[in-house]
Amino acid sequence: MASVPNLAASFDPATSPDLVKRAELSEIDASTKVPALFFLGSAVLWLLVGTAFALISSFKLHTPNYFGDIEWLTFGRTRTAHLNAVIYGWSVNAAFAVAFWLMARLSRSVLRHSGLLMIAGAFWNIGVTIGIIGILTGDSTSIEWLEMPPYATPLLFVAYALIGAWALITFRFGKSGHIYVSQWYLLAALFWFPWLYSIAQIMLILEPARGTVQALVNWWFAHNVLGLWFTPIGLAAVYYFLPKVLGKPIHSYYLSILGFWSLALFYNWAGVHHLIGGPVPAWVLSAGIAASFMMAIPVIVTGINHHMTMVGSFSALKYSPTLRFIVFGAVSYTITSLIGSLMADRQVNEVVHFTHFTVAHAHQGMYAFFTMVMFGSIYYILPRILLKEWPSAMLISVHFWTVAVGITVYVVGLSIGGIKQGLEMNNADIPFLSTTAASVVTNTIPYLLSRSLSGVLMTIGHMAFAVNISWMLLRPRAPQATTPTLFQNPPEMEVAR
Amino acid sequence: MNRAPLIFLGIFFTLAFSWTGIILTNQLTYGKLEPIVDQTENKSYPEALPGLAAQGKLVYQDLGCIYCHSQQVRRPGFGADDKRGWGDRQSVARDYIREGRVLLGTMRTGPDLRNIGARQASRDWHMLHLYDPQITSKGSIMAPFPFLFETHKIVGQPSPKAIKLPAPYTAVPGYEVVPTPRAEALVAYLQSLKDSYAYPETRNVFVEPASAGKMEDKQ
Repeated sequence: MASVPNLAASFDPATSPDLVKRAELSEIDASTKVPALFFLGSAVLWLLVGTAFALISSFKLHTPNYFGDIEWLTFGRTRTAHLNAVIYGWSVNAAFAVAFWLMARLSRSVLRHSGLLMIAGAFWNIGVTIGIIGILTGDSTSIEWLEMPPYATPLLFVAYALIGAWALITFRFGKSGHIYVSQWYLLAALFWFPWLYSIAQIMLILEPARGTVQALVNWWFAHNVLGLWFTPIGLAAVYYFLPKVLGKPIHSYYLSILGFWSLALFYNWAGVHHLIGGPVPAWVLSAGIAASFMMAIPVIVTGINHHMTMVGSFSALKYSPTLRFIVFGAVSYTITSLIGSLMADRQVNEVVHFTHFTVAHAHQGMYAFFTMVMFGSIYYILPRILLKEWPSAMLISVHFWTVAVGITVYVVGLSIGGIKQGLEMNNADIPFLSTTAASVVTNTIPYLLSRSLSGVLMTIGHMAFAVNISWMLLRPRAPQATTPTLFQNPPEMEVAR
Repeated sequence: MNRAPLIFLGIFFTLAFSWTGIILTNQLTYGKLEPIVDQTENKSYPEALPGLAAQGKLVYQDLGCIYCHSQQVRRPGFGADDKRGWGDRQSVARDYIREGRVLLGTMRTGPDLRNIGARQASRDWHMLHLYDPQITSKGSIMAPFPFLFETHKIVGQPSPKAIKLPAPYTAVPGYEVVPTPRAEALVAYLQSLKDSYAYPETRNVFVEPASAGKMEDKQ
C-alpha cells in the first residue's frame, strides 16, 4: 500500500527489509512530487490544446471552408500548432516527468535540486507557448518539426540545459551500482536530444546550410527526435513498468542490451528515407534505406523480450490500467517500426511517399506507441506521488477504449486511403482533381472523414483522462490505506508496488 | 564495476557516426555547390528570386503551404511526376542553392508546385484560386485565403488590381475585391516557380522508354 515515509521510522530496519525498501521508494516518490506534477499537469493541458487543433485541422481537410476566413486558423497554421502542441507540449513534458521519476527510482536516490527542474519547466512551457502563438500569428519557419520562431527556441535551450545538468547530477549521486536498461535509454535520450536540436537550429536557422543539405539536416533531426528521444523514453518506461506491474523480471538482460545498441547504431542513419526520390545524393538515401531495414533487429529483439516477459501474465490485462496502456504501446511499437522499415523500400516508398500513409504511420508511432505508454506511466505514477487513488475506474476504461479504438480507426483508415492515394497519384490516367470523374483528391475524402471520426473518439478519451486527473487532484486524501483502482478486482493477484 | 563511461562513449559515437555521415560528409561534398554561368545567355543559373517573389516566399512559409505541397520533382519512371506535367525533368540539388530556406515538402495533398509558374502563369488564375479554390478548382480541399484580400467600396475609378470574380462569388454592387500586398507577393512567388534550365547533371538522365506518353494532365 502507499505507505508514508514516516511509517518506516516506527519499524526496525533490520527486521523488515521489504518495508524499508518500500519506505525508501516512497520517500523517493515524494521527492519527485512537485516537479513531476508540474510537468504532468502542463503535459495534460497541452494535450487538450493539441487535440483541439487536431480536430480543427482534420475537419478543415475535408471541409476547407470550416473557419476558412480566419487567418490564424488556416490549415497550414492549425496543423502546425497541433504538431508543436502535442510534440513539444504534451509529449516532451510527459517524457520529462516520466524520465525524472524513473531516474530517481532507478538510481535509488531522492530527487535533488527540484528547484532547477521547476525553473527548467517554466522556461520550457513559456517557450512552447510563445512558439505556438508565433506559429498561429504567422512566424512559422516552415521547417518541419522546427516551426517555432527563433525568438521562442532560446527559452527551450535554457530549459534543456538545466534539465541536462540535473540529469547528470542525479545519475552521479545514484546509490544503485547496477545500471538497469531503462537508465541506458534515459541517459542516451537526454544526451542525444540537445545534440540533434542544436545542430538543427544552427544549420537551418542561424547559419543555414546551402541547398538540399538543409533537407538532410531537417530529416536527420526530425526522424531522430522520434527514434533517439521519444522512442528511448517510451522503451525505458515499458522496460520499467512491464516487469514492475507483473512482479517478475524482464525476460532477457542480454536481449535488452542487444536491442539498445542496435537501436543506437541503426536508427540515427534512418531519417534520410524521408527524402527518397528527392534531390539529394543517392548514396545517402541508400544508406538510410539500409539502416531502416536494419532497424528490424532492435525492434524484433525488443518485441521478443517484452512478449516473453508478458507470457503467462496476459490475464493481468483485465485488471491493471497501467499494463493495458503499456502493452498496447509496446505492441504498437513493434508493428509501427516494422511498417516503417518497409516504407523505406524504394518501391513501397514510390507509392506511399507524399501521401496520408505517412501521416498514419507518424500517429501510430507518436500516439499508438509513445502516447499510450505515457498514459500507462501516468496511471502508475500519479497515485504514488499524490498518495491518492484514481477516483473512477469507469473514466479510465472510457479513456482506454475511446483512444484505443480511435487510434486504430485512424491508422487503418488513413493507411488504406494513403496507399490508394499513392497508387492513383502514380497513374497519370487518373486526374489529380475532378468533380466529374474519380480523382486522386476526391478519393481521399472518405478516409479523411474517418480520421475526423477517430479524432472525436480520441477527444472524448482525453476529456475523460483530464476529468479523472482533476478529480483526483481535488479530492481529499483518504485517512487510511486504500486499494488501487483497477478495472476489476483480481481474484488472487498481488499488485506490484 | 561502473560501466557508465563506456555506455556514454557508445552513446556519443553512435550519433557522431550519423552526424559525420549524413551531415558533415554532405556539407563537405556538395555544401558549396555553385551556380552555373551560361556564356551564351550571360546569366547564371539558378537565378535569384525577384524581390517581390522573395517576399512572397515568406507568405508561403507563414501560411504553411508546405504541409500540402511539395517542391521536388521525382525522376521519370519513379512516380508519375513527369506524366502529370509537374516538371519536364527531375529536381537536382543545384536547383535549390540560391534558396535561403529550402521548402522540399513531404506531402502532396495538393500537387507539386516546383514548376507551378510554368503550368499556371496567369496572375488572375492564382488570385481567384487563392481567394477561393472552388472558383477555379471545383471540389478542391485546399483552404481558401480570403484574408489576403480586401473588399473596398469603389470610389471613383475601380481599382485596376481588383480581381474579376465570377457569378456566385461577386462582391456587393459598388464594392470590389482587391488583393493585399501579401497576395501580390505570394502570386509573384508562385509565378516565379519553374526549374527550366538544363544543368549538365540533368542531361542524359535515365528516362524509362515507355514514358513517352501522356502529358495532357496539366492541372
